[in-house]
Amino acid sequence: MLKFKYKGSLLALTFVLSIGMIWPVHANDAKAPEKAVVSGAVDVFGIAVDEQKKKSTADHSKFKELQVDFKDGPAVTKACISCHTEASKQLHKTKHWNWDYINADTKQHLGKKNVINNFCTSVPSNYKFCTACHIGYGWEDENFDFTAEEKVDCLVCHDTTGNYKKLPGLAGHPNYKTMEWPPHSGKFRAPTDLKQVAQAVGKTSRATCGACHFRGGGGDAVKHGDLDSSLTTPDRYLDVHMDAKGLDFSCSKCHTSDSHEVAGSRYQPTAVDDKGTLIRGSKEERNAATCVACHGNVPHFGEFAKMNEHTDKIACQTCHIPAYARGNKQTKMSWDWSTLGKMDDQGHAMKIKGSDGSVIYDSKKGDFTFDHYVVPEYQWFNGEVEFTLADTKIDPTKVVKINSFKGSYDDGKSRIWPTKVFRGKQMFDKGNNTLVVTSLSDDPETALWKNFDINKAVEYGMKYAGRDFSGEVGWVETEMSWPITHMVAPKEDVVECHQCHTENGRLAGIEGIYIPGTNTTPLLDKLGFIVAFLTLIGVLIHGAIRYFMHKRGG
Amino acid sequence: MAERIYIFKRFERFWHWSQALLIIFMMLTGFEVHGVYNIFGFKAATELHTIAAWTLVSLWVFAIFWHFTTGEWKQYIPTLEKVDAMLKFYLTGIFTDAPHPFKQTTVSKHNPLQRLAYLFVLAIINPLIWTTGWFYLFYGSWENWGFGWLSLEWVAFFHVIAAFMMLIFFIAHIYLATAGHTVTAHIKAMITGWEEVED
Repeated sequence: MLKFKYKGSLLALTFVLSIGMIWPVHANDAKAPEKAVVSGAVDVFGIAVDEQKKKSTADHSKFKELQVDFKDGPAVTKACISCHTEASKQLHKTKHWNWDYINADTKQHLGKKNVINNFCTSVPSNYKFCTACHIGYGWEDENFDFTAEEKVDCLVCHDTTGNYKKLPGLAGHPNYKTMEWPPHSGKFRAPTDLKQVAQAVGKTSRATCGACHFRGGGGDAVKHGDLDSSLTTPDRYLDVHMDAKGLDFSCSKCHTSDSHEVAGSRYQPTAVDDKGTLIRGSKEERNAATCVACHGNVPHFGEFAKMNEHTDKIACQTCHIPAYARGNKQTKMSWDWSTLGKMDDQGHAMKIKGSDGSVIYDSKKGDFTFDHYVVPEYQWFNGEVEFTLADTKIDPTKVVKINSFKGSYDDGKSRIWPTKVFRGKQMFDKGNNTLVVTSLSDDPETALWKNFDINKAVEYGMKYAGRDFSGEVGWVETEMSWPITHMVAPKEDVVECHQCHTENGRLAGIEGIYIPGTNTTPLLDKLGFIVAFLTLIGVLIHGAIRYFMHKRGG
Repeated sequence: MAERIYIFKRFERFWHWSQALLIIFMMLTGFEVHGVYNIFGFKAATELHTIAAWTLVSLWVFAIFWHFTTGEWKQYIPTLEKVDAMLKFYLTGIFTDAPHPFKQTTVSKHNPLQRLAYLFVLAIINPLIWTTGWFYLFYGSWENWGFGWLSLEWVAFFHVIAAFMMLIFFIAHIYLATAGHTVTAHIKAMITGWEEVED
């Protein structure tokens, strides 16, 4: 009887509960088509590199033009452009060639040959050394001919052998003779087999891009934090897209190119892309190297649908790259130039290694610190970067920002981005309050790394760059920000909700944003719980009086 | 002599208890989302809170339908009559076993204070908690709805205020449930539907 009586209620409960459970699931179904877009992108782009090689219609080893013993790099290029007639002209227009760039929005004159950073600081007067990472041959001084077609280095990007290496000091050339490398190591590099390299040219790869971009700042992993040689053959954990056994993306999958102009820029990054997927055939002139360009504006579905409501404030990278330098390589975190020049007991320049094998002191360069698996520092960023240029007046009593990421909560075009902030202490012109160009490597008389005299080095560097120098060198603390966008973790390793939604979480200190769960209304909470507590005390007292009065009353 | 009257219909009892469970659960998960403590973890707490919210919405669809079709909504029409007598009863009479100033009937099952309290819940707390909760849930659609100017901070602020009011109501409500002619009389009535009323 009792059973029968409550059957109706039970049925109703089941009904209501099932509607409650189904409702949110159905609410998410509207987003299901996004899933198809993502998996479609994978089908189209996920072809393995080896297969692509097989698909090439040209076997370069069969070309007569390449069956010769080349005397040097430019000779190879001449052969290349005898067929690829427009290639050099295309490259002549790129940042890769000019190291010169004007930001159309800020009008700042940037580019590698102009900016001063807080790693090796400056290129002018150090061309022979620095241009080991230039896509050309022979840029050793101001007189380099930027119109010379044969001086474009095709091989450094299109090598597939791994045997082609441009060495610092050779002004962008590989070694054509046997050469001791690294210097004073007792190891020798055989002359580069240009014929072999030329006959095996192919598409760019993580290895070719990485030959320079993994080694920015003077060594593997030093500069970016999210780019190092661990990405040559990464596993899924390190980068879900570049996973060598999985999707196996090359850099150019995202950094697409058109007439050798490669998508993506650190001078004018795309901090916010809300334009949805970039469909093939689209005539839109926009950066293809964004997450949204493939994944669209609404990339999460099912149980992760709520994440779509984070994208108005948070860059994809903030959750999907939980740390940088995740590939077991140590990235440089700070560089103090002011301690350079200390010698060992015999008066020789020295390098001191830390417990993990990283060089933490170098007489030529000062003190370094390193780290890996680093939790990024987060900043509002709208894509505008303002640089402290060679002629910008600085306030040496404060930390000088080599570059400032612009953006804020309420400008309507910013997202919270993960960044690596690289901290340094470097030389500046104490009289003029400007950063300085320093002669480091090339000039035998003044180069810092040969003479260890900072005054002579700066004096020469400034003269070389045609800048006014007061004659007095000081040391100033500097910071430089790098957006973190590579080393994208698989979904099971992303930043967890509670890592931000907690008191003193990852985004603590980010201004202007309300993050639930971060104890942001302490006054209200205190007041609310006090009133609730007083209510409880009140009813307990009331109840106690009732109890005792009742008892007394019998 | 006591008379037994059937006050709470089957659906009403079902509504009351399932709503009670859902509200307790939503307070538990809600204050976790707000960052007061850590029980389920933030992700699970938000998901459970959301599921409970949708379940409560469904329950309310039925409850509203039921109230209108049965005319029971009239039970919440406020009256100031005998409010002073009720207050006096809770402040003194209840301690001396004085007779209850309100006689429950099937057409008038809430005493005047109850009517006022439930009306406060219906007219103040619920609209506040539902509206802010709805906006909270559909944060991503504000722009499309023309509410781009809203700030999550204020939506959350009023949602939390409403939650505290609900918590306070909850404490008082549970206590007053023991204020029948015996401690368990009201609670029994809410389970079986039958209330004993004095002649």
